[in-house]
Amino acid sequence: MNAQNNSQDMNMLKSTQEIKINNDSNNTAALVNISALTKKYGGKAALSNVSLTLNPGHIVGLLGPNGSGKTTLIKILTGVIRDYSGTVKVDGDDIGPSTKALISYLPDNAYFSSWMRPLDMVALFKDFYSDFDENKCLKMLKRLGLNENQKIKSMSKGTIEKFQLCLVMSRNARLYVLDEPIGGVDPAARDFILDTILTNYSENSTIFMSTHLISDVERIFDSVFFLKEGEIVLEGNIDNIRAKEGKSIDELFREVFKC
Amino acid sequence: MANQFQSSMPIYLQLVDNFKQRIVSGELKAGSKLESVRDLAISFEVNPNTMQRALAELERDGLLYADRTIGRFITDNKELIIQMREAVAQEIIEEFVRKMNNLGFTNQESMELIRKKTEEGCENERTE
Repeated sequence: MNAQNNSQDMNMLKSTQEIKINNDSNNTAALVNISALTKKYGGKAALSNVSLTLNPGHIVGLLGPNGSGKTTLIKILTGVIRDYSGTVKVDGDDIGPSTKALISYLPDNAYFSSWMRPLDMVALFKDFYSDFDENKCLKMLKRLGLNENQKIKSMSKGTIEKFQLCLVMSRNARLYVLDEPIGGVDPAARDFILDTILTNYSENSTIFMSTHLISDVERIFDSVFFLKEGEIVLEGNIDNIRAKEGKSIDELFREVFKC
Repeated sequence: MANQFQSSMPIYLQLVDNFKQRIVSGELKAGSKLESVRDLAISFEVNPNTMQRALAELERDGLLYADRTIGRFITDNKELIIQMREAVAQEIIEEFVRKMNNLGFTNQESMELIRKKTEEGCENERTE
């Protein structure tokens, strides 16, 4: 029954999408379209009625305190969580192998096996993803000063995060989904990560990045979504928000999420 | 620059001010070529679209001009730069006067303080 509903919804969404495209002043088709997304864990809603659109060529922040639903939203978008209600489309398609191929995903925890060295992961990515640019990755690792033969498990947390980001940003993907890429790193590593993100930004791709460390990164975003207890409570272009509120995104965040 | 952004003002306007300042002071030479949007965005650690917006604003003011194929340049209109320099100076003076008034100084008292300070020799005074 669910499947039937889905295909009906799909047809409906297609027509609304077309209208949206025509209305868009930039005349660009949306890369991600999420509407009425709800996800419950037991009785508790992790996401309720979330709708958002991501267009190509933007760096978008997903901001919210711990437990606001950021990772759940990202896991649905990347196909890790599959039971939810609502529609999630990437490049017009339902989440599946075709959308996973378009998305380069940095999860919030490391997934390396204990025996692995950086070169093993590079080989794995090369095997797995046709859009992986090995040269680009090796160059980035060199810049990072990483020993390609050191066991990953013996690296510091910050180094592992940087290494993982290099892997993810070395794919020529349409959408980069980064879950807390600056969670556990020092300020110098943070600069490396922001630099890597900005250097690899292109007009055809979109970067969707969650964080709760806003003051460090807000200036690299075009626009942001504030997620509070599973609902989007604020969204917009950061400079428009700054102009309207007369305060930085970080200050606004502290206000909205005041404990 | 990265951490010099004020919180209360849109970032692109702060970038506009930064460029204006450097153009009218001559740090960015009239007629010289500007780096690409991407490189500027990276060195200021800002979103490329934000940088683009700032440059577009400067183009509207006539301080920059774009050549579709070669890139963006600082205007070589010296007169405009002089005008803009005076406009920036006016802004600084207005802000100074406003702040002094807020502190309870009359304009005459402010003038007197400036005169005294410049006679002592400002630490920052430029050597000609």
